[in-house]
Amino acid sequence: MTLISVDRVSFGYTAERRILDDVSFAMESGDTVGLVGESGSGKTTLLRLLLGLARPDSGTITFDGASLDPRNAAFMRQFRRQAQIVFQDPYSSLDPRQKISSIIAEPLRSLRIPGDHRQMVADALSSVGLDADAAGRYPHQFSGGQRQRIAIARAIVAGPRLLLADEAVSALDLTTKIRIVELLASLGTRMSLLFVSHDIGVVAALCRRIVILERSRIVESGDTAEVLARPQHPYTQRLLASVPRLSLKDTRS
Amino acid sequence: MSPLLEITGLSVRSATKVLVDTLSLTLQRGERLGLIGESGSGKSLTALAATGLLAPGLRASGSVKLAGREVVGAADRDLDQLRGKAVAIVFQEPLTALDPLMRVGRQIREPLRRRARRDGRPLSGQALDAAVLAIMVDVALPDPVRIARAYPHELSGGQRQRVAIAMAIACEPDLLIADEPTTALDVTTQAEIMALLDRLVRDRNMALLFISHDLPLVASAVEQVIVLRQGVAVESGPVARVFSEPAHDYTRSLLSAARRFDAALEGRQ
Repeated sequence: MTLISVDRVSFGYTAERRILDDVSFAMESGDTVGLVGESGSGKTTLLRLLLGLARPDSGTITFDGASLDPRNAAFMRQFRRQAQIVFQDPYSSLDPRQKISSIIAEPLRSLRIPGDHRQMVADALSSVGLDADAAGRYPHQFSGGQRQRIAIARAIVAGPRLLLADEAVSALDLTTKIRIVELLASLGTRMSLLFVSHDIGVVAALCRRIVILERSRIVESGDTAEVLARPQHPYTQRLLASVPRLSLKDTRS
Repeated sequence: MSPLLEITGLSVRSATKVLVDTLSLTLQRGERLGLIGESGSGKSLTALAATGLLAPGLRASGSVKLAGREVVGAADRDLDQLRGKAVAIVFQEPLTALDPLMRVGRQIREPLRRRARRDGRPLSGQALDAAVLAIMVDVALPDPVRIARAYPHELSGGQRQRVAIAMAIACEPDLLIADEPTTALDVTTQAEIMALLDRLVRDRNMALLFISHDLPLVASAVEQVIVLRQGVAVESGPVARVFSEPAHDYTRSLLSAARRFDAALEGRQ
């Protein structure tokens, strides 16, 4: 079943320059999709459109068959419950004055979700591998990796069907990064995951499908393993050739 | 011949913490050494301590000798004689390293002029302008005449880093310290900047201290590595040996994480 469909979408902040140019792709329910692009490729803008924070100049975006229209308040309320996001910087995305329990419960409050919030927060904490006693502490008491777990707990507490991630592991150290990738991969079995990143290695480790953006256009998309093994577009080939790898060093030495 | 950089038992402390703990290393002309570490490992502080640029709240002890002269405890005036000539640094973020209000040609001209005067062969006027353009060509800046008149914000990230590198090599340093020089750049741009650094270090027979959290990147740039963790050097040696037979658990965990992403890229996961 198609969860997200982006059909011939174009967008520009000004009339002169298009940030997205005739972009189309579809995402199946339950899939993990990596949206890869370098700076200026339009990946963040595409994510903004997918969140309903802006409307395409032309083309359509549908979520679960319905048009994603930011002006339709009833739809957006439903949509926000079903789609949640994790941002890049866990230092700026958590309110330093709130306890972790309050931070994680925020979507439950703002979306007016009934039920035992305390229990739901405890479940979310356990899903991201944090102890229950984290609930009573403040963000500054946690490391970068733990903070990103808290941000993920907040994103999944309302039981979304789609988790969006914007460079969610880019600010993390390597050893932390691999653990957060593992956490997201385990969540990927429970919900759809759209992972936006400049880091094609992380996308390769996490996503079944890949979409590659270069300067406002999708240049290649498909099964991740397939694209990595046989990149068709010259940009994809250059991108892959540019990633430093240990294994190349091994063969040289 | 004495080493270009000789660090012996260097410690850096804040009021409450030891940030670099009795670190030692030496670099001879033409050698390339990598400092690998995650955040908080003390790798950037080591670079700052090596050039006497530590922030006022931090205290260095032990010994740092640049071109045979002691840096720890030295007066800024004395260090000025060494900076640029004995050592130059390229930082992570070129936008903060460049003056936003000065055309980039002028920013490159200043270190060139000072180095020439110090060497007793002062440059000025057209000769100095020609030298600026020559060094811009050397760092492969496209259309140097136009870019010399541009301000930093008018350039791409990769071009800015090329300008910062031009300023560093304008002083003809014996040792180049590159502190995460490509971390703020796109990966395709990173590949170009790495190729540039490699060529410059080779052509000018400089020593290179390359600081990064990125293991494969370090492996591509240097022959020797030191792995730092929370201010302590946990392991050191030739890249090939450290990466193929890591002795320390921490090095092993870094390598296994890096290999996971490598394997994923090659469809072996």
